[in-house]
Amino acid sequence: MDKKSRIEKEDVVIRFAGDSGDGMQLTGTLFSDTSALFGNDVATFPDYPAEIRAPKGTVGGVSGFQVHISHNKVHTPGDYADVLIAMNPAALKANEIWVKPGGTIIADIDTFIEKNLKKAGYKTLDPFTEDHLESFNVIKAPISSLTQETLKPTGLDNKTILRSKNMFALGIVFNIYSRPLDYAHNFFATKFAKKPQIVEANDMVIKAGFNYAENTHALPSYRVEPAKIENGLYRNINGNKATAWGLIAAAEKANLPLFCGSYPITPATEILQYLSDRKDLGVKTFQAEDEIAGICTAIGASFAGHLAVTTTSGPGLALKTEAAGLAVITELPLVIVNVQRGGPSTGLPTKTEQADLMQALYARNGESPMPVIAASTPGNCFDYAFEAARIAIEHMTPVILLTDGFLANGTSPMLIKNMDTLPVITPKIAKEGKEYLPYKRSDDGLMTREWGVPGTPGLEHRIGGLEKMAVTGNVSYVPSNHQLMTDERQAKVEQVVAKVPDLQIEGNPDGGDLLVVGWGSTYGHLLDTVTEMRDEDVNVSLAHFNYINPLPKNVADVFSKFKKIVVCEINSGQFVNYLKINHQNFEYNQYNKVQGLPFTVAELKEEFTNILEDK
Amino acid sequence: MAEKKYNYTPKDFKSDQEVRWCPGCGDHAILNAIQKAMAELDIAKEDYAIISGIGCSSRFPYYMETYGFHGIHGRAGAIASGTKTANPKLSVWQITGDGDALAIGGNHFIHEIRRNIDLNIILFNNEIYGLTKGQYSPTTKYGHKTKTSPFGTVETPFKIGQLAIGAMGTFFARTIDGYVKESVEVYKEAEAHRGTSLVEVLENCVIYNDDTHADITAKATRKQRQIWLKNGEPMIFGENDDKGLVLNGFKLKVVTIGENGITKDDILVHDSHEEDPILHLALSNMKYPEMPVAFGVIRETKKMTYDAAVEAQIAEVQATAKIKNMNDLLTSGETWTVNN
Ligand code: SF4
Repeated sequence: MDKKSRIEKEDVVIRFAGDSGDGMQLTGTLFSDTSALFGNDVATFPDYPAEIRAPKGTVGGVSGFQVHISHNKVHTPGDYADVLIAMNPAALKANEIWVKPGGTIIADIDTFIEKNLKKAGYKTLDPFTEDHLESFNVIKAPISSLTQETLKPTGLDNKTILRSKNMFALGIVFNIYSRPLDYAHNFFATKFAKKPQIVEANDMVIKAGFNYAENTHALPSYRVEPAKIENGLYRNINGNKATAWGLIAAAEKANLPLFCGSYPITPATEILQYLSDRKDLGVKTFQAEDEIAGICTAIGASFAGHLAVTTTSGPGLALKTEAAGLAVITELPLVIVNVQRGGPSTGLPTKTEQADLMQALYARNGESPMPVIAASTPGNCFDYAFEAARIAIEHMTPVILLTDGFLANGTSPMLIKNMDTLPVITPKIAKEGKEYLPYKRSDDGLMTREWGVPGTPGLEHRIGGLEKMAVTGNVSYVPSNHQLMTDERQAKVEQVVAKVPDLQIEGNPDGGDLLVVGWGSTYGHLLDTVTEMRDEDVNVSLAHFNYINPLPKNVADVFSKFKKIVVCEINSGQFVNYLKINHQNFEYNQYNKVQGLPFTVAELKEEFTNILEDK
Repeated sequence: MAEKKYNYTPKDFKSDQEVRWCPGCGDHAILNAIQKAMAELDIAKEDYAIISGIGCSSRFPYYMETYGFHGIHGRAGAIASGTKTANPKLSVWQITGDGDALAIGGNHFIHEIRRNIDLNIILFNNEIYGLTKGQYSPTTKYGHKTKTSPFGTVETPFKIGQLAIGAMGTFFARTIDGYVKESVEVYKEAEAHRGTSLVEVLENCVIYNDDTHADITAKATRKQRQIWLKNGEPMIFGENDDKGLVLNGFKLKVVTIGENGITKDDILVHDSHEEDPILHLALSNMKYPEMPVAFGVIRETKKMTYDAAVEAQIAEVQATAKIKNMNDLLTSGETWTVNN
């Protein structure tokens, strides 16, 4: 089947774009899963409208899915696409700026009719000339009509037939990158086990697309060899699933049942869904009546001795703040996951942003310290969810885990760890038979109180939102006691640092001209940028934070090795301000962007070059 | 009768904390009645979890020698729901008031009842905000003058029973703070019911709303103005047990036994187990002076509880599940091996 001669490629980015009803997310997922199984390293990023059915054919209704596959390690879904699939004029309009110079644009030309062109905002009937796309390799592929032709013999109705035109597009891309077709076949065979006709139709269309590409000489033909990555067992995972699984793993390691009280909110909802799917592992999920009930049921479950979790996004975290303070003062373990999105208010629900950092750190009444950590890749959402639970349980405190839309929906291969290799988590559960003082602190230096679980004879006690007397836990309004308890709560959170790993320098450990600083989901873009610049002999390194409160111990040490520091965030400068408070004796440059989009390597490179050249 | 496992006295349920309610407050009697009920119930002390929100009533957990959680305003229902769902073996009691449960906590209140979580909600209804010193609440009588309604309220109060029945409630009872003997029975029945048991306690706030229930609760007139319902017994009240309730069309009507040919056999018999809520609704809505006010267990119907359903579903899935632990899950579905 491999007739064309194939060009070896290290690295390609493909963007599938169509109407939100065109099935672009599925198409992209099938391509990325196929590539992952083929052995490439992959990263994906979906970009879809907030509306479930935005007006058909408009730019606002375009749904996109970008896949980056490589022979090397990949850290981002890629800035610009080598190949764009545009299923209609609106998809072209919305995405033409995201294609690399000279890249290939495959357009379903059957949809490029006057009505659709108008809806997409084109003024003429020739969008390719109108928008000066001559420098691209434009393939006008009759995808809709060829799909219809292919499926005519099946006798399926026209609507059903047209619904599989995305598979024709997938077939084309499979051919360009010489991918095997069996993964997609198996996917449909499982999904439509009872409808063999649909399975066969999808197979036919994918093959038709594949053959069309084979015979269309203007289409390029590439080979991307499997990646050289760490040996082991892998699976493809998105950040939300990795978060859910990390929490279940922590519960298993702590030997505690897991409870999740949550209210659906984009882009965090999937975590609740994944957890509710795990009855087999005994997970209890409570879909609450609102965000407040989400966290309050979790606090009630934590009181009852469960590993309790509530998952949300920014607006939901705002609603949970009073109850978060209750978890602080009752010193109960609780994981609060905030999958950040564009704000303020409803903001950009389906777009990514890192602008809830200050909210996570400070948005509670009173002196209310709480550990805050952040995941930095879709796959390591597993590790940081596990870590958030470990800190919550071992330090008897609520913990906020920050991820965001980019991590939540993006996927990357995850090296599967055997559970035996993960650390055991030891809950501080009070034992029967000893005197129980609810606010007596541990003498292991961690200053935790013991967890007295209802149902245990002899440990009956009362906790709650009123200030408590040290040791006894009785209600207390004594001024000096409030000072003491406030100080102890702060000191307890500071003790978390004991197991916080040192901040790593990626690049030159001895220091250099510029240190790039980031936190959370920007990791991939920052690392790619720094790596590229280092390949060009620029003396630049990266220090990326996962632990925000408390910060790692060696921050000052790392910062002092560099002539310049630039802090990069998808917000207006929240982490840089936090660093200014905590490490005042450094000068910070900053690079910020709030467009609901991740950074691009190109813009970062330009920025870093300017800083180095003192522009 | 089977031998009791635990021989508690009410004292066993008293904590060492000084009770801080105003002298003469109805809350004291409610505390006594609940401690008495718990002494009579055969449940291990460590299996009680008493969870409250904010308000005068919500100080309650501190005075009980059980597990207790003093929450935040309005959220007792949500916290209690989490505790019970996590550990259905606990006997969970939510102590709340008219402001806590029906204003700020209204959403949790209707949803815990709808879900039928197996817990007891004891709602102290004094028709006022006591802890913040005298503002009207969602149950304050229309036109009543309070600190935030100096010219009288212009809000219609909730009827608590109707609200609970509207929220698919399976258990509703009413009692009076100082009626300890009757209350003990009501609390015990609330505990015995599997599902959300809502008990409205007419409670007197001596400071900010004194005697708001006096028309109904005063000992001298209690026989004419209260009807204590018992399952399977005729709905009879009155000074000489000579009054009764009958249906007149869709409405309840008071009749006198011996007048107009009415005999005891004409009087409605209380069926708290009837699924159809119509009569329960009519009974819980009866108000003085037109009608006597209903007390005791008005509605008690059977339905699967949320917490039991959650456990049952997990057990069912686990019985045939292929995934038994995290290693199984991590290696399930599509995986691939890299071996360079
Ligand atoms: S203010 Fe009223 S309800 Fe509160 S303790 Fe005093 S009397 Fe009781």
